[in-house]
Amino acid sequence: MAGFSRLAIPLIAIVAILVVGEALSPGFAAPRQVFNQLTVASFLGLVVIGQTLVILAGGEGIDLSVGAAVSLGALVAGNVMNGSDAMILPALAASALTGAAIGLVNGIGVTRLRIPALVMTLGSTGVITGILILMTNGKTSGRSAELLSQMVAPPLLFGISGIVYLWILVGALATFVLHKSRFGYSLVAVGANEQAAAMVGLSVPWIRLAAYVGCSSVSALAGFFLIGYTGSVFVSIGNQFVLTSIIAVVIGGTALSGGSGGFVGGALGAVVLTLLQSVLIPLNVAEFGRQMIFGLTLIAFMVLYGREPKST
Amino acid sequence: MTVDVPRRRALNVPRSPLWLAASLVVLFSLASVALQPTFLSPRVLQSNLSTFLPLMIIAVGQTYVILGGAIDLSLGALVSLVNVVLVTSLQALGADPSFAAIAACMGMALLVGAAGGAVNGVLVGVLRLQPIVSTFAAGIVFGGIALWIMPQAGGSMPPVYAKTYAAKLFGVKGATFMLLSLVAIIYLISRTRFYIYLLAVGSNRPAAFQSGLPVMRIRVLSYIVAGLFASVTAMVILASTSAGDPLMGQAFTLGSVSAVVLGGTALSGGAGSAIGSMLGAVLLGLINNVLFFAQLPFVYQTIVQGTIILAALAGGIMVSRR
Repeated sequence: MAGFSRLAIPLIAIVAILVVGEALSPGFAAPRQVFNQLTVASFLGLVVIGQTLVILAGGEGIDLSVGAAVSLGALVAGNVMNGSDAMILPALAASALTGAAIGLVNGIGVTRLRIPALVMTLGSTGVITGILILMTNGKTSGRSAELLSQMVAPPLLFGISGIVYLWILVGALATFVLHKSRFGYSLVAVGANEQAAAMVGLSVPWIRLAAYVGCSSVSALAGFFLIGYTGSVFVSIGNQFVLTSIIAVVIGGTALSGGSGGFVGGALGAVVLTLLQSVLIPLNVAEFGRQMIFGLTLIAFMVLYGREPKST
Repeated sequence: MTVDVPRRRALNVPRSPLWLAASLVVLFSLASVALQPTFLSPRVLQSNLSTFLPLMIIAVGQTYVILGGAIDLSLGALVSLVNVVLVTSLQALGADPSFAAIAACMGMALLVGAAGGAVNGVLVGVLRLQPIVSTFAAGIVFGGIALWIMPQAGGSMPPVYAKTYAAKLFGVKGATFMLLSLVAIIYLISRTRFYIYLLAVGSNRPAAFQSGLPVMRIRVLSYIVAGLFASVTAMVILASTSAGDPLMGQAFTLGSVSAVVLGGTALSGGAGSAIGSMLGAVLLGLINNVLFFAQLPFVYQTIVQGTIILAALAGGIMVSRR
């Protein structure tokens, strides 16, 4: 069911944007520039991995709190590290635990209290934003360790930055789990047909709960690495990822109804969005033009696929 | 022959009960009275109504889309777009325009809202795209057009526009008049065949399709209705701010969804009420009010507000399962 053709559209889009970008401003498709774009895309890409998990698990699953999880993960990491190399691993752990806690709350709300995911994650976003303001007093706070910054952004090997390798690693791991593990099969089964999955003895709530915990954890980790890229944290640092992560999932051919899709598509979707946003910058297009082109391209993507059947 | 239709059971979907929203409104009103003794004075009531009214109107619009089983994440951007169109056109009229000219501008604002709604309606109803993603994308385009028309907040408009809104008509001020009209319009809509069909489409789209309802047209129309409410929201905001702002609508998108859910409409569609959404919007406003007058330190305000809203959202849905 993997369906390679599903990946064809984002792949063609990536090539097309690179060609157009190179024509408009020579150097856009040069390896160094492309690697830079991949570095930028990797943070969104990590969040997309989480969002894909939740959406795959079905039951109208969606996570609007990923942005808040990124911000809180970054903030916790920044304050634990505070510039000290020795604290990188504790910061990583703290950030992941923070994410897991957020996912646990979302997951319990959705699976045990049976609150619609959109409502639950919208509500938890409000609470997390409150926590962020309480912790930071609205100011930037925390500092990345020097070592982390060097691992994340500058080229590490073959001109590619560390965060891109990490993104590929996490993506590969997630793909492996999805296609080769019991949990992966269960996740897709639950997303595709909840009743059938329950009848063969799968615990639908537990599997969905695990998806939410995974999603928030990966998002918080994206926040941890993001602080290595930006150096410090502000409250709204993660907001940009909320709807873009959902759009990247859709561009990558994962159905919002659950049970069908994968991580490779989502990764391509994250690259498409990042390239699309940056191809417009050297054009000197005013902000309004950039927004309009961006929005229209998204609509075009959705017209290409993702149409629902007539009777449902 | 009587047919026993199991009305309640057929609509057994998670939604917050209306009485909960109503009781919370009463509770937070009492808290407001305790914290702010002048709360019940006509002047304060009037000013609170003016503050709450925009979210109330847009939440009513969002209700019709959600009742049909979809969602509109472009409404905030559409409010901004109508706002800048209205400001720009009113400005072009000069300092002392005729009422006919102002009415023409407002008619144009309604058209812009309806057109934006029609765009969403085509995306979701005709092309059958996923509502969350496609209306969000449409919202980005609306926001782009708003920035194109008016790159920065500002503008001035003929004072007569705001003055008329603040003046008394038949003994009531503009905001009160709008509130009464809103209730009347909700009642009128609920009497239409469109509304009955909309509930059918929202609760079971395949069944509605198979019984021959014009599913596509109903879905398109629900977005157009929401677009018209976005226009009215923009007009009301303009009457109190008297300036244009291409970004002013942003908070309305998710705010309207929260108000609709708090007001007892099921996100899955088919069950709920626009009056409930108005209560939901009032509740959100009252929560802000209480937190402000409780003189909570600024840093605690967002977390307390977020927790109350989450508790109300989650609690409402849990109560309905008992």
